[in-house]
This record gives sequence, C-alpha cells and structure tokens, in this order.
Amino acid sequence: MEAAQEVKSKRPIPLSTNYAVAHAAKDLDVDVVAAYPITPQTTVVEKLSEFVANGELDAEFIHVESEHSALSATLAASLTGARAFTATASQGLALMHEILHVASGLRAPIVMSVAMRALSAPISIWNDQTDLFNARDAGWIIYFVHTAQEAYDTVIQAYRLAEDRGVMLPVMVGYDGYVMSHTTEPVVVEDRASVLKFAPKRPYPYRLDPDKPVTIGPIVPPEYYYELKYQQVKAMEGVPEKAEDVDREFQKAFGRGYGIMECYMCEGADALIVANASYAATLKSVLPDAWREGLKVGLLRLRLYRPFPAKHFVNYTSNVKSVLVIDRAISYGAPYQGPLANEIAGLKVREDLGFNLTSAVAGIGQRAMEPEDFLALARLAWEARTRRYPETIFYGVRE
Amino acid sequence: MKLPGWKEMTIGGVITNPGNSLEYKTGDWKVLMPVINQEKCIRCRICWYVCPDSAILELDKPYTTKAKRVYKISYDVNYDFCKGCGMCAQECPAKAIDMVPVEVS
Repeated sequence: MEAAQEVKSKRPIPLSTNYAVAHAAKDLDVDVVAAYPITPQTTVVEKLSEFVANGELDAEFIHVESEHSALSATLAASLTGARAFTATASQGLALMHEILHVASGLRAPIVMSVAMRALSAPISIWNDQTDLFNARDAGWIIYFVHTAQEAYDTVIQAYRLAEDRGVMLPVMVGYDGYVMSHTTEPVVVEDRASVLKFAPKRPYPYRLDPDKPVTIGPIVPPEYYYELKYQQVKAMEGVPEKAEDVDREFQKAFGRGYGIMECYMCEGADALIVANASYAATLKSVLPDAWREGLKVGLLRLRLYRPFPAKHFVNYTSNVKSVLVIDRAISYGAPYQGPLANEIAGLKVREDLGFNLTSAVAGIGQRAMEPEDFLALARLAWEARTRRYPETIFYGVRE
Repeated sequence: MKLPGWKEMTIGGVITNPGNSLEYKTGDWKVLMPVINQEKCIRCRICWYVCPDSAILELDKPYTTKAKRVYKISYDVNYDFCKGCGMCAQECPAKAIDMVPVEVS
C-alpha cells in the first residue's frame, strides 16, 4: 500500500511473542495490570512487572492469588475508568471462566493476551488451543495472531476496538504457547506517543464517580435480561466492519496491516486449509512446496475469530472444491469433533457453499507437526476435492 | 407498562438513576395478602418489627373499637412492597392478621 511506504522504517528488536505483548501493553500506557503467572504466559507478567518496577510503565501492578482474582481485579479497574490489561493461559483461562462472562456482560473494554495451552488432565504444559476454544462463547472478541509483530500490533488495535463506544466488549488475543510465546522474532515497537495517538484512552463511560452515582452489575429480572444479552449480540455483529476500519487506520499510522481474515496463495487454488496462529505461519512456508507438487492448496488464516468473519469466509471459499479445517481442540462427541470445523459446517449450510468439508484435529498437547505433516494435510485437502471424509480425522495419533 | 426495547436500555444493565429502586414495586408476586383486623389488633408493633420488607405501616390514624377502646395509631400494609410471606400473621399474638388470597385481575 502507498501509505505503508510513507512510514519511516524502524529497526526491529528481537522479542518473543510474550515480550511483544508486554511491550504493547507498556506502549499503550495501561493503568492497571492484574495477572497471575502461568506457563507459558509467565514472561508477559514478568516483563510487565519489570516495566512497572523500573518506571517505564506508570501502572498499578496488582498481585493476586489466582486468575479468578486477576480478571476480577482487571474488570473492577476497567469499571473505574482505568485502561486495564491481563494475560493468562490454560488452567488460568479456565479459572477465569466465570468472570469472562461478567466482563463481557458488563461491557468492560479489557484486553487479555492468551498464550494458548492444553488443559489438564493429564497435565500438559504444552500448546494446543483447548483453553481458548472453551472460552469462545463467553462474549469476548477473539483474535488469533501468527507472528510476534502481529501480536504487538493486535494488542494495540484491540484497545482501540474494545473502547469504541459502539463496541464496548473485552478482547482476547490468542497465540500459541511455546511455539510463539517463547520463540524470538524481529519486532518493530512504536513510540508511546504514536501508539496513544492511534489508541487514545476512552474509558468505560459509566465509571465509578461519587458525583455521578451508578449501580453496576445489578440483578436483572426476566423482563430485562434478554434485551441486555441482545445488546451484546448487536455489538458483536458490528465488530467485523469496525475491526477492518481499525486495521486500515493502523496500516496508515504504522505501515502494517492484516485485515481480519487472510487468504494466502489463494489465487487459482482449488482447495483451502483453514488454520490459525503458528500453524498458519508454518503453512505459509510449506504451501509453495505443495504447489510445486501440483497441489493447488491455499491457506485461509483465521485472524478475527469472534465474531466470525462470515462474509469474508464466503468470498474466499465460494469457488473452491475442498476446505480442510485444522483444529487444535477437541469437541468430544460433536458431529465434527473439531470445534472450528463444526462452525464452518454451519456456515456451509447457511450459505449453501459447495465445497467438501474435511475436519482434521492435530497438534493436541503440542504433538509435533513437521513441514511434512502439513504437506500431508495439503495432499489430504487436495484429495478431498473429489472424496468426502465424513468423520473427523485425528491426524498423527498412534493406533 | 411498556417495557423498554434493547436500544433504549443502558449497556450492561447499568443503573444511572440512583435510588430508583423505590420505583420498582416488588410486591406483585404474592399469592396471599395480609389483612389487618383493626378490631382485634392490640397495637403491639410486632408485625412492624418482623416484616422483612418494611411493608407494615404505622399510621397516625386514631381508631376506636366497638368496645370503645381508643388507639392513637393504626397499622396497615404497603401492598406495593409486601411479598405475602405471612410472617406478620404468624407472629401476631392477637391473631389479628388474616392471609387472604389475592384476586388476580
């Protein structure tokens, strides 16, 4: 884009995705951080604690005894009008679950990063996406990011979106534990003034103020509850358009943009693989090999996940013969046992899309997926143009 | 009463009008309503004490019984907030409170 060229190029610094997220929170001048360390998110909290301790970030750092408290404190801070941030993963996100619904129901513009990890039992500290997919119906906006740079940029975009008066919803930014949280990439960080110019603080409008007393979180009888939940439905419906606007503005300001859904090597593709986060990054390096093999397979990278960008999905898939969805979570006993595949099956029916849908579960508990494995899935996606796989394929599991 | 639609309501159910709980009449769910018999009532105030909703009213309203006993006050019920729990009738030492079915209009 032209706008991109006008922006002076900056020298990137090496950051893990965890550190990139912490830098974003610092550059957004968040007022309150309440977080509890949990693998593999811990270094986000450590870094933010360091920023506060050495004066780089003037924020209240609240030490809490659990993630339930972490999100409760973050929510309360947000309701006082503070810009509040937290981060978690896995069991932590599960422990927050009750407050996830409270935060979205109260329309608090919180931003939270999630270094996605498997859930117990058995205990696994490694990556998959079960934690986040369990939280998908909590009324939060959800992004998946696939590079450390995108994580940094998306946390910035997230506040601008969350604090939009027409949105007023909390946002999760998800990335893969370890594979991204603990690997280092070059990241351009922006100066605080530019970040705050892009995302000026717009606090919660009914914040606690003794001069303007309000009641937040009253009990609501059946005559009113439904309408308040419908407000959330309508707020969510408006998000894709607003998220695209925010991304365009971001591109103008900083020279980097992502859209809300990315189609990679889609030109002339007859089959698509739907993937997110690090799998999307790996697929970008693998797909050229697939094309050399004659497999015209593209990547549909899910960036905005909630709300699901249905319009974009339909545009990208209306002419392909096969769509293979990679899930890194299991919806036990569901018609398709990959949660994302299930949703896409719904959209396929709603929009009368003609492709063959294949559901593949992979990478559970961070079972390694090598480039050859992605090539194998590309071959499967290609083959599925003319063959139907009605059952979810559990790729890589041993018999 | 016409209830507000979703566009008219404050997000998150925030109440921006302090003290408006007074406008919310909580007494519309009772099945039985207490009726105080002024003849039997001995003005002991026990109903006023035990009511969990402060729905017993102590009124400066004189009353003379058929036996010519004169009381300076009377007790009555604020039916807007009485939930019909019957504690007043249960505790009344004079058995002066009857719980009678509410007629549904």
